[in-house]
Amino acid sequence: MHPALQGIITIILGVGGCVGYFYFSNQILDKVIFPARGENMGRNINRANMVRPWLFLFPALFALGLYLAYPVVATLWLSLTDRDAGGAFVGFANYSAMMDEPKFWEALRNNFLWLLIVPAMSTAFGLLAAQLTDRIRWGSIAKSMVFMPMAISFVGASVIWKLIYDTRPEGQDQIGVLNAIWVWMGGEPQTWLTIIPWNNFLLMVVLIWIQTGFAMVILSAALRGIPEETVEAAIIDGANPFQIFFKIKVPQIMGTIVVVWTTITLVVLKVFDIVLAMTNGQWETQVLANYMYDKMFRSFDWGVGSAAAMVIMLLVLPILIWNVHNVRKELK
Amino acid sequence: MSEVVGKKSSLVWAVHLSVVLLVAAWVFPTVGLFVSSFRTGDQIASSGWWSALSTQERQNPAIRISGDEVERDGMFVIEGDLFENSSVSVSAWGTSSRETEAYGPGDVADLGDGETLVLSEEGRFVLSGPESFEGERLPRIFSTVSSPPDFTLENYRNVLFSSTAAAGIGKSFINTLTVSIPATIIPILIAAFAAYALAWMDFPGRALLIAAVVGLLVVPLQLALIPLLQLHNDIGIGKGYLGTWLAHTGFGLPLAIYLLRNYMVGLPKDIIENARVDGATDFQIFVKIVLPLSFPALASFAIFQFLWTWNDLLVALVFLGTDDDTLVLTGRLVNLLGSRGGQWEILATSAFVSIAIPLIVFFSMQRYLVRGLLAGSVK
Repeated sequence: MHPALQGIITIILGVGGCVGYFYFSNQILDKVIFPARGENMGRNINRANMVRPWLFLFPALFALGLYLAYPVVATLWLSLTDRDAGGAFVGFANYSAMMDEPKFWEALRNNFLWLLIVPAMSTAFGLLAAQLTDRIRWGSIAKSMVFMPMAISFVGASVIWKLIYDTRPEGQDQIGVLNAIWVWMGGEPQTWLTIIPWNNFLLMVVLIWIQTGFAMVILSAALRGIPEETVEAAIIDGANPFQIFFKIKVPQIMGTIVVVWTTITLVVLKVFDIVLAMTNGQWETQVLANYMYDKMFRSFDWGVGSAAAMVIMLLVLPILIWNVHNVRKELK
Repeated sequence: MSEVVGKKSSLVWAVHLSVVLLVAAWVFPTVGLFVSSFRTGDQIASSGWWSALSTQERQNPAIRISGDEVERDGMFVIEGDLFENSSVSVSAWGTSSRETEAYGPGDVADLGDGETLVLSEEGRFVLSGPESFEGERLPRIFSTVSSPPDFTLENYRNVLFSSTAAAGIGKSFINTLTVSIPATIIPILIAAFAAYALAWMDFPGRALLIAAVVGLLVVPLQLALIPLLQLHNDIGIGKGYLGTWLAHTGFGLPLAIYLLRNYMVGLPKDIIENARVDGATDFQIFVKIVLPLSFPALASFAIFQFLWTWNDLLVALVFLGTDDDTLVLTGRLVNLLGSRGGQWEILATSAFVSIAIPLIVFFSMQRYLVRGLLAGSVK
């Protein structure tokens, strides 16, 4: 069967199955198990209403449990066992094996570099773009343009930037912009992606380019939400535009800046495609997610691969706890 | 406030200029790829894409002339066009690698033994001599030409429809579409019901479940790869589209539930409570009132999920596989980067084919995307 046909059938089955499940399970609940008639009518209605939320939730909870919650536990278990020994428990052997590898430390170091630079730069550029475009008439078009890379895949963006970093031998016309400018300024053509440690920064540029639009959209909405009076009061008091921006506006949107920062941090922790497509971790550009992929699917070392995945989880954990904490506070 | 700033016109100009620079810097990389995808491989390899927009002077490598010989007025003549299918203008030419710019356009070069060669500005050459050229090696021409901007659709034809050179981008396009459409549609209904329960139904443990969804929102899907692949193998799904759809559904659900719940909570309470008083069941309220009112949020999520599944590499590599038959666009691009890293005409065109659909979706539905982003970033 052709996959596209299979896809259409799956859509029909999936959507039809969902509708059918919700409709019939509600029908059975109301008509068969707890019928809203007879002597127990009142009690039955109450009971049906106690069960109903779980009918609504069941498919989602099942999928979440199976596809996100269970794998966390399973990966933790895998990281503590040895696949070659039939899944025997080996304690922290995989972790210590991983820590003996220089490639792991390189990946960890690079991840921290990414964590320091990409969220900071994206947020800064996003804030700048938001503030500038909010003031001009063609601002929304400008916003679209800066926002556009969000729609481009990390792999597509890698191709785009690889063209920028391209190198031709000396004497030929350079087809990569970076080298063209470099040669025009009197330098010799460089193979940028092999220059340690600057190549890491060149990879980060790709993600900054993608994420700035996201930061801009969120921050621009936050800027517009600032009460006019605070800004007007500052103007009357004689503040200049820079003071208004840094002393009045930025403090008021600090919460949003933190949200943007953490959201981009999450993206950075999982960055994989860009490194895979541009250098595949060569020339000391490895990052954790690509290291993990290498271990799991190239050398089939599930133990160490899972250990690396757990390291990523560990790095995500503070943000996870912080988010959950905030939501609980909000709900109370 | 803008009126106050408006008085300081130099600042306004600085703002405009900065935005122009910012936009230019952000658009420039994509434009480079776009322009390159309309150039031939030779053009891309010999000059930067930014020079393709204006008339260019370049030195051609030697071209050995060829053509059929005719006899005219006792002379043997070979005529032809040095640069077929392209309009260029010759500024200098030569017949030896030591003197590549010995002659101007229209000059007559004496090749000895009474043979002469003329190259016109348009690139037409006339080689004539008293004896037949048969069996003789014809001379080479080195030329310096300036060519106007010259674009071609050949790359797209090659990449999308030829089965040989471009290594199946057309097929991968179908594969990506096959992955992303069901993976976008299936989670929506599942999430919508759950979001309704979390927003409007009262039951013990609701707050805990919402917190759990927010927690799962940030779980890296890297953790899910091996356990789920094992699971799929155990229950007989193996690697394939079904497994990929299920995986995308699972990974997309937390965001879907979170987005939709946030939206549904904001719906007017009166409508829902009036309906309850009138005796509508939760199922009816959901289907007839909440679902239609939630359309903007549903659209937001659908766009997110579509962009995410279309652009995804990792899930497709792991759950669909790396076979030639099932490779998605992003996977194909990574392979091309490895195997045809130098062939920019194929690479640029393939990349543009892969980003065209997301860009169309992005520009036509930007409003919903922005709204979704604003609702979805955890506050």
